[in-house]
Amino acid sequence: MLDVTIIGGGVVGCLIGRELSRYQLKTLLVEKKSDVADATTKANSAIVHAGFDAKPGSLKARFNVAGNAMYDQVCEELAVPFKRNGSLVLAFSDDELPALHELRDRGGVNGVPGLELLTGEETRRREPNLAETVIEALLAPTGGIVSPWDLTIAAAENAMDNGMDLMLDAEVTAIGRVPGGWRLIAGGRTIDTRLVINCAGLYSDQIHNMVSEPCFKIHYRRGEYFVLDRSAGGFVSHTIFQCPSEKGKGVLISPTVHGNLIVGPNAEEVATPENLETTMDGLDEVRKAARMSSARIPFGAVITSFSGLRPTPSTHDFIIGEAKGAPGFIDAAGIESPGLTAAPAIAVHVAGLVREQLGGLEPKPGFNPRRRPLVGFAHLSSSEKAAWIREDPRFGRIVCRCESITEGEIVDAIHRHAGATTLDGVKRRLRPGMGRCQGGFCGPRVVEILARELGVPMSEVRKDGPASVLLTGETKSELKAVRA
Amino acid sequence: MKRDLICIVCPMGCHLSLEEDPSHPKGFKVTGITCKRGEEYAIKEVTAPTRMLTSTVRIEGARLHRLPVRTSSDIPRERIGECMALINELHVQGPVKMGQVLIPNLFGTEANLIASRSL
Amino acid sequence: MNTYELIVVGGGPAGLAAAIEAHQHGARRILILERDRELGGILQQCIHNGFGLHIFKEELTGPEYAERFICQLEALGIEYRLDTMVLDVHEDRTLDVISSKHGFETLKAQAVVLAMGCRERTRGAINIPGTRPAGIFTAGAAQRFVNMEGYMVGKRVVILGSGDIGLIMARRMSLEGAAVLAVAEILPYSGGLTRNIVQCLDDYGIPLYLSHTITSITGRDRVEGVTIARVDERRKPIPGTEIHYDCDTLLLSVGLIPENELSKSIGLALDPVTSGPVVNESMETTVPGIFACGNVVQVHDLVDWVTEEARRAGKSAARFVLGQLKAAAPELVTKAGAGVRYVVPQQIRIENLEKEVDLMLRVTDPCKNKWLVARSGETIIKKAKKAHLTPGEMESLKIPVDKLRGLTGELTLCLEEVAQ
Repeated sequence: MLDVTIIGGGVVGCLIGRELSRYQLKTLLVEKKSDVADATTKANSAIVHAGFDAKPGSLKARFNVAGNAMYDQVCEELAVPFKRNGSLVLAFSDDELPALHELRDRGGVNGVPGLELLTGEETRRREPNLAETVIEALLAPTGGIVSPWDLTIAAAENAMDNGMDLMLDAEVTAIGRVPGGWRLIAGGRTIDTRLVINCAGLYSDQIHNMVSEPCFKIHYRRGEYFVLDRSAGGFVSHTIFQCPSEKGKGVLISPTVHGNLIVGPNAEEVATPENLETTMDGLDEVRKAARMSSARIPFGAVITSFSGLRPTPSTHDFIIGEAKGAPGFIDAAGIESPGLTAAPAIAVHVAGLVREQLGGLEPKPGFNPRRRPLVGFAHLSSSEKAAWIREDPRFGRIVCRCESITEGEIVDAIHRHAGATTLDGVKRRLRPGMGRCQGGFCGPRVVEILARELGVPMSEVRKDGPASVLLTGETKSELKAVRA
Repeated sequence: MKRDLICIVCPMGCHLSLEEDPSHPKGFKVTGITCKRGEEYAIKEVTAPTRMLTSTVRIEGARLHRLPVRTSSDIPRERIGECMALINELHVQGPVKMGQVLIPNLFGTEANLIASRSL
Repeated sequence: MNTYELIVVGGGPAGLAAAIEAHQHGARRILILERDRELGGILQQCIHNGFGLHIFKEELTGPEYAERFICQLEALGIEYRLDTMVLDVHEDRTLDVISSKHGFETLKAQAVVLAMGCRERTRGAINIPGTRPAGIFTAGAAQRFVNMEGYMVGKRVVILGSGDIGLIMARRMSLEGAAVLAVAEILPYSGGLTRNIVQCLDDYGIPLYLSHTITSITGRDRVEGVTIARVDERRKPIPGTEIHYDCDTLLLSVGLIPENELSKSIGLALDPVTSGPVVNESMETTVPGIFACGNVVQVHDLVDWVTEEARRAGKSAARFVLGQLKAAAPELVTKAGAGVRYVVPQQIRIENLEKEVDLMLRVTDPCKNKWLVARSGETIIKKAKKAHLTPGEMESLKIPVDKLRGLTGELTLCLEEVAQ
């Protein structure tokens, strides 16, 4: 029997997995999709919020501020990029000022450091591209940006380096009580475990309801985004918010840690957790709303758009703790914004709950919090590049022209713990497919490398999930005459 | 019988009209042409259309798995399907030289199937 | 030996012709750097015919056209490296280069010819809404899979864009047993050659819908359907005109963009309309000694023109190395006037012309019966009557050098009505 099984390989599940891998526990993470970080975690604003927005006294506020403070260390240990670029919330008219000041006051109560109100001119001095209509802004220096999938993948890899097991393509279809714990059916396999941690995001209510009476419902609120080319990455240096309203935090403009610019999201409730399509109306809405912050956003530099679903809990706050009537079943559910920011603090807290449940935790000797950094070939000096190629000639073959990514790095990304098994998996770990050509040049080459390294024919390489086959067979295999 | 078609012999793309007319030496009256080549094309396209066919075949013993091939000259358009069936069954052994004849005299015509590159 | 007289970045048709021509004009230490596993560039996957009508007076396939140049290159003993990527070109004509075989190197050249070609415009750049399943390919990427790796990319196909690559792939996919259901083109005219409409669409019964675009894509893991709709004059979809297709593949043929990452890092001037470097009559960029030719300068429709342009660049690069090219400020700057979208070259130094300047251009809209006129101020320098013009086909106007002598300032090319 395992000690802990975590359901859900998003940022919350993987950081919890890493936290638990500090201790002598047999831990398994089961993930429904073919990769970690493949649902809400990969499709959000990527902001590490300062914490002025969350309602004081809520779990959101508590874990937001605590989590924010942990980011430098976590990202340094996991060798993923993180930048404290600061946030600015803009007010465009006098009637927005009370809301803006309330954010400052709330931030004070929540314990957010360094909050400051700036005049319109001062705001524009720091951010010359912002609209003339900005009259006042709230500056939050502790706001930051991160890559949520880099962080999650690194956490999963580090957790596995330290002994956690990972099962992909393993949707949990049933959970039942057995003596001493729980029995899960996932991906056709039976898993017996003392404790279960529910990090199932969009499905966290469905998982909860398998063992405990329903006490919250997850609503799916879709947000659409534009991603702009790196040439637009310097358009603003802070993360630019608009004053919040009932609908949400408003449309933001932000640099990303990879040097792109992200614009979005809107907020629209949709019927199912599968409604991931972008829409003409939604994207138009984002464009129009964003233009309020700046009329000059270079939309001509858009390289792609995407949408993400927020797992919005009906309780309006995180649900963290043992489920009623289900001893040993711990929810970490309904983790919508500021979930990404809160995740490291939630992980520590949940590890504490695990300690309580098990009556103590033994630290694992040899636990290493540090994950081996990615090579990051594009950013190495000439002599470092030369050294890598001498060591392994595969670093001399550039596969992704847009982002200067080498075959050596792709092979590495496939063979690490929690390694890539799909085209999107390679893209998430290394960025080929995220640049200007969006996979047009590198696609066939990455497919070739995946096929070779995984020992499968090219026609079996998938884009993302099991049904996302790229190539439908070989040419010349339809041996029938063709009409012309 | 009347037929409208666009001439593809040169980029002008003249819109042509063709009508059966026994009084004409070629048996057809063609209007809309700007040059003689257009007339020839229109009549051929209506009476005996031909096409060049390009494709790939399987190849072993070479750096790549597919060899580009083409017909050395036009073949009757209605034979394209049959030609593809022949092409799809072909397995070529490398090395191959550009221009090498892989299938001579397709359908009894002068057209051969030839390799489009060396491999 | 790390120093060359000429380094050519890119071993496709442009790079090959430039290198060979440079050799014919006296350059000897020449090196071609090619990122792919063989020379020939995009031609190797263009297995259809139609290449070389002007240069060789024959209709060759892409690989055949490439092989002619590759054989000539090898016969001349010109050096080349494969699987080699240029990371950076510096203004002083040093290049940072990597390959598995040679590791990381800095090479130096007296002259550089940029011949990197172009890339395809993507779905993201044109904001098609919907899901992001597998089964969406740019036409060129699909072409590579089908023609070189030998894999089919789908069974039921819809194609967006009626440029030549999309049309060619409509036929290719049909011949390999796929059902190509429709081609949608957002403009009211096709960007491809009429010959391709006839031989790739009409022959196979594939409908072409002009003034149509894709309004959504469905399918979670793999494409399941695509909806197209008619657009109005502002290219916005008209509600109620939707046609839905059940399909598993969407091919995008929505434009080519010159691949100018390296050019940007050199800091040479780029033309915002062509997206390629500003070049002069010798195909030299605004950085002396750095030349450019082929699709990296402007997207060409026929490889024959690429070869001609590349020969100009190669010859000029050799003359530069031998000190024969006159460095001077250009006397003339070309300008696109009414009806003309762009003109290449953008600058002319009259003393470097031997016989004539060959102005290449594209028009903004399809039209018939126009004068193509080159004016300096009010004076007409050269004019040519054109029966038929369309943005999809590059045009040229050759102006003899004696017509240009003494002129300064702008040389404007425009379209004018033919008086009845």
